[in-house]
Amino acid sequence: MDHSFVKITDQKLDLQECMDFVFDDSCGGIVNFVGTVRNDTSGKEVKQLEFSSYKPMALKEMQKIADRSLAEFDIYKIAIHHAVGLLQIGEVPVIIVVAAKHRKAAFEACEFAIDTLKETVPIWKKEYFTDGEVWVNAHP
Amino acid sequence: MKITVLFFGITTDLIQRSVLELTITEGSNVADFRKQLQTDYPQLSNLNTYAIALNEEYTSGDEVIHQNDTLAVIPPVSGG
Repeated sequence: MDHSFVKITDQKLDLQECMDFVFDDSCGGIVNFVGTVRNDTSGKEVKQLEFSSYKPMALKEMQKIADRSLAEFDIYKIAIHHAVGLLQIGEVPVIIVVAAKHRKAAFEACEFAIDTLKETVPIWKKEYFTDGEVWVNAHP
Repeated sequence: MKITVLFFGITTDLIQRSVLELTITEGSNVADFRKQLQTDYPQLSNLNTYAIALNEEYTSGDEVIHQNDTLAVIPPVSGG
């Protein structure tokens, strides 16, 4: 049985789809991380965000994160979904859902997965302000 | 030999395109490719850092490139 479900889509992300995938009677809890588009960056009003990806590589890197999460934490299943395209304030670019027998492993795996995703998965975010647009984090 | 190079994020703006065909010397490795790219497209030095992927995997530099390989220029990522 497949214990991971990674996806990149230009459609709206579906939390319930992730919850349904990870749910199992053997688990005592499900931890969700739902990323949302914030309305400001350093005090500047953000109008919208655009996400683009190197899709085949991004899927591979997301799968590596799922595999490592399953190997290193005592969890049952994990779903990692990311959206691409234009997203408005309050919309959801990323969802990570982890089910485990006990909550501690689920919390730890979820945090590991989102932290690693932000470091390794080739997805890029462009912020649109009223006076222009900026590739986020391009000059660290 | 011919290779395909893909550009993403801010590098598509710097290069003004998202894909190009490049001819490189037989036996070149990823570090050689990076040097050549930097010479052909000096505007890439606007970036402090970028990674190179070979056939959808991150590289360290010493990987040898083969005919029809796909390389990608990966500026700092910002997903999530």
